[in-house]
Amino acid sequence: MKRKFLALCSLVVAELLIPGLASASTAGDAAAINTGDTAFMFVATGLVFLMTPGLALFYGGMVRKKNVLNTMLCSFVLIGLVTIQWVLFGYSLAFGADAFGGLIGGLEYLGFSGVGGAPCAYAATIPQGLFAMYQLMFAIITPAIITGAFVERFRFPVYMAFALIWTTLVYDPLAHWVWGAGGWLMEMGALDFAGGTVVHVSSGVAGLVAVLVIGKRKDYKLIPMFPHNTPFIMLGAAMLWFGWFGFNAGSALGLSTSSLAVIAFITTNVSAAAAMLSWLAVEWIHNKKPTLLGASTGAIVGLVAITPAAGFVSVASAIAIGLITAPLCYFGISFLKVRLGYDDSLDAFGCHGIGGIWGAMATGLFCDPAINSAVKHSGLFLGGGLHQLGVQLLSVVVTLALSGVVTFGALKLIARVTALRVSANDEIMGLDISVHGEDAYRDLVTE
Amino acid sequence: MKMVIAVVRPEAADAVRQALLAVDIHKMTVSNVKGCGEQPGYVESHRGIVVEVNLLSKVRFEIAVNESFVKKAVDAIIQGARTNNIGDGKIFVLPIEQCYRIRTGESGNDAIG
Repeated sequence: MKRKFLALCSLVVAELLIPGLASASTAGDAAAINTGDTAFMFVATGLVFLMTPGLALFYGGMVRKKNVLNTMLCSFVLIGLVTIQWVLFGYSLAFGADAFGGLIGGLEYLGFSGVGGAPCAYAATIPQGLFAMYQLMFAIITPAIITGAFVERFRFPVYMAFALIWTTLVYDPLAHWVWGAGGWLMEMGALDFAGGTVVHVSSGVAGLVAVLVIGKRKDYKLIPMFPHNTPFIMLGAAMLWFGWFGFNAGSALGLSTSSLAVIAFITTNVSAAAAMLSWLAVEWIHNKKPTLLGASTGAIVGLVAITPAAGFVSVASAIAIGLITAPLCYFGISFLKVRLGYDDSLDAFGCHGIGGIWGAMATGLFCDPAINSAVKHSGLFLGGGLHQLGVQLLSVVVTLALSGVVTFGALKLIARVTALRVSANDEIMGLDISVHGEDAYRDLVTE
Repeated sequence: MKMVIAVVRPEAADAVRQALLAVDIHKMTVSNVKGCGEQPGYVESHRGIVVEVNLLSKVRFEIAVNESFVKKAVDAIIQGARTNNIGDGKIFVLPIEQCYRIRTGESGNDAIG
């Protein structure tokens, strides 16, 4: 113990005497790195990482108890799958220099080559490796959101293949168009602060299209399908909310030179709070009782809606965005879904699709050049006319088209080779036992 | 020997147990069960979608007694569980063919008491 302590001390002393020791090889970059920004982004990356296990809990609580493990695994396994995809080629496709006429990034960062301690054009004050890890967390959670639509019936191996195809052919190009160097949606002036279209609209519509292809759960609407553990749902929602501070504030990529991170932090919390209250109010009026599922869902749709707007709007606008998103999603789920009859199990489209579209459009209504100089045209409600709203609409339509078409095509293609759904028998038994041979809650006999 | 099976409201379970203890009946098996009868269900709302719940939570007591304790048991259960509303539950009294105490191998009335 004492010896270790002495060794540590001598290291510290050596570091003090020769300041360049640790970073001698990257002395040129050290000048540009801002330690505050770097520490902040490291924390933000960890926060966004936590959202995927949070989503697993949020979704896991909502399914029937015979499917909780499959549902949670669908989110959790993406930490494995997308991490490997991202370091091998995903990051390069999303954030490499324009290739193929700007449709996708080049291949210079394959295997994270050259992605290390030096900063890059995307974030001038932090190591590129940190930026790439931060973006990885977004790439992980986006396909995880889709799973909410088709859980309780989708075959796991097919899901793994679909997730890999989707993240490569939808997420990576879309991230490139909106955030990549020379991305055409960004050049056109589309505003998406933290991923309203890239993350939420794209995953929401993928969920909708997927369930249209895959079909409803067996006995949907004939037998009640209740959330089996509402405390899980709240815990998951709280973890998502907590992680969202990193998701939105972190999208400023630093806090040393501008106040955008702090503005995004505030608007994020404010919108979630407003949406939680307005969801409870709508539910209270419509069904006479406020629920914990409602409060949790309200907070999530408030977070979804503020995501594209977080660093572009005032606090008052954030309240309005949050207040409006909850009734939109509520009626989207309780009327639209019921009327049209599709089985979006956990409302991936109802929350992320509808909330995301509203958020993208709301950015065109409320964006304010006084908040963020990247805003070239004020929003409609700030007297800037329809220009920004039009650009936002275009980015939503492009996202709907890309994600919808690829999702549809990928599933139809897979369906030619193998079945998309588990057998009716396996579905009745539950996917935990039939697919994974694993039981979440062993009753009756202690083992 | 009789088996007294009572299905009562969950909120009455404690009162039933107290009433049984008061007449010196303290051997019983209690389980959480679901059931439906005349009592109407209730409505749950999930994200605005209304679902009617018809299988309601109940608590089931199983009490094996000698003949002399049947009336006491039934009266105690009624005293603890009656609210005069639909849904108070039911009591069934069944004959028991035989009973053994596992520890001693005793059988019949001795094993129950």
